[in-house]
Amino acid sequence: MKIWHLVTLLILFSFTSVFLGVTDLSPKHIFNLSETQQQVLLTSRLPRLISILVAGASMSIVGLIMQQLSRNRFVSPTTAGTMDAARLGILVSLMLFTAASPLLQMTISFVFALLGTLIFMKILEKVKFKDAIFIPLIGLMFGNIISSISTFIAYQNDLVQNMSSWMQGDFSMIMSGTYELMLVSIPILILAYIFANKFTIAGMGEDFAKNLGLNYRQVVNIGLVISALVTASVVLTVGVIPFLGLIIPNIVAIYQGDHLKRTLLHTALLGAVFVLFCDIIGRIVIYPYEIPISLTVGVIGSAVFIFLLLRRRKYGL
Amino acid sequence: MVKLKNVFKAYNQRKVIEDVSLDIEKGTITSFIGPNGAGKSTLVSMISRLISKDDGAITIDGKDIMQTKNNEMAKKISILKQTNAVNLKLTIRELVSFGRFPYSQGRLTKVDEEKIDEAIDYMELRDIQDKYLDELSGGQRQRAHIAMVIAQDTEYILLDEPLNNLDMRHSVQIMKTLRNLVNEMGKTILLVIHDINFASCYSDHIVALKDGKIVKQGRTCDVIDQCVLKDIYDMDIDIKEIDERKICVYF
Repeated sequence: MKIWHLVTLLILFSFTSVFLGVTDLSPKHIFNLSETQQQVLLTSRLPRLISILVAGASMSIVGLIMQQLSRNRFVSPTTAGTMDAARLGILVSLMLFTAASPLLQMTISFVFALLGTLIFMKILEKVKFKDAIFIPLIGLMFGNIISSISTFIAYQNDLVQNMSSWMQGDFSMIMSGTYELMLVSIPILILAYIFANKFTIAGMGEDFAKNLGLNYRQVVNIGLVISALVTASVVLTVGVIPFLGLIIPNIVAIYQGDHLKRTLLHTALLGAVFVLFCDIIGRIVIYPYEIPISLTVGVIGSAVFIFLLLRRRKYGL
Repeated sequence: MVKLKNVFKAYNQRKVIEDVSLDIEKGTITSFIGPNGAGKSTLVSMISRLISKDDGAITIDGKDIMQTKNNEMAKKISILKQTNAVNLKLTIRELVSFGRFPYSQGRLTKVDEEKIDEAIDYMELRDIQDKYLDELSGGQRQRAHIAMVIAQDTEYILLDEPLNNLDMRHSVQIMKTLRNLVNEMGKTILLVIHDINFASCYSDHIVALKDGKIVKQGRTCDVIDQCVLKDIYDMDIDIKEIDERKICVYF
């Protein structure tokens, strides 16, 4: 797959996404918008598109970084407890500060996501049996434990309904004014690009990194902070989008290898295209209603994941 | 020159290196031999600062290895450990390019590209430079890693069991390359090696370790000696001289 294939798909899907919805809005109106159309475009359709692109690209890249740093192809925010911890963080912020600003919510959620990931990495160090499948299973269990703690606290405090909005990723509630927080991902992703070489070297192992004079611990910590920040911002604005960070980097690795400098852009684009595609499907299937993104991504993503698992020997993953 | 002075190392109170002092001259191959658990790998890892020492001093060209910046040390000394550990899908050229990291931090300059080309040619990897590491045979992979170390262009090169999993032909090929690196490029090479005949045929100096202590160190011809080897390995080893090379017969 070439970069321009992805870019073409991205543009194509973006147009489809913008002109798809209950309010009639088609390309021929674009220079002659009625007031309603203009409003729909600016407060709903465009914010939705932007948040899809940012969420798709950033969650995929976070998965990629986590996979390199943990040296395991099946570690991602979904399979390392990061997402569950981020959600617990949001819950805690809701309880402690009833009127917490989105920024404060995100900060607390970020701290929890980071702690969760750090604990998972510590578990990884202790585990002797480093099977590629076993590690993400531990992560899933760990995530479920955190998740059940969240649910318990939510029940005790009548917050179950609030919780469920972060349980399921959903772009239908995205409007201008609610998604801007997510844009913090963009500078963070640029930072990730700057560190790309270092992440790949760290992914070759601690000894390898030290030999090249790299401060291994520091690079790993930066990677984990980036992962937690991006995850927290996406979970807070869109909700949990499963499998994304798991499958996208692996598909890219099949045709592009593992050098981050070569894969980052592909991963970001493919992630955005994939989420856009799933979102469009979700909006078409039961039109004029829609299916939340976590469901469409979950169904398609899990199928791809199983396929990758079965064929991984063949692809050298 | 690499200098070790009264170096100690213990893991959970179990002493693995005890009071080791050692001088390694420039432009030589020094082999570390000894039975399993003698502390060879630990010693080499300490010299290359992968693990810390508990006590003593290690200096390279007069500079304490722990006081010097990581990046500076990475231009002076490189280490190659078991190479089957890498599980990333990288091409040979990408791997070799990492050797330039201490100089360019990833943004390769023209000089870096030249050095990478040189290293690839030196190890005769030109034809397969765009192949992924997981598609290579053990011998090719080992050569790719050595090419990376050559690109890193350090005066001192440490290799921990470079002949592991290699057949005879590839082993000889690697050892000849190392010999050439010393003779042609003036590198200083430290090796951990199990096969004492390879040590005997290719190294200038041998350091024999047992239970974390140096049993004997010196010129190769002095260490490859029946009494010394008996001391190290608790085995009667017959030594034959063939074409001015000392060959140990221990079967």
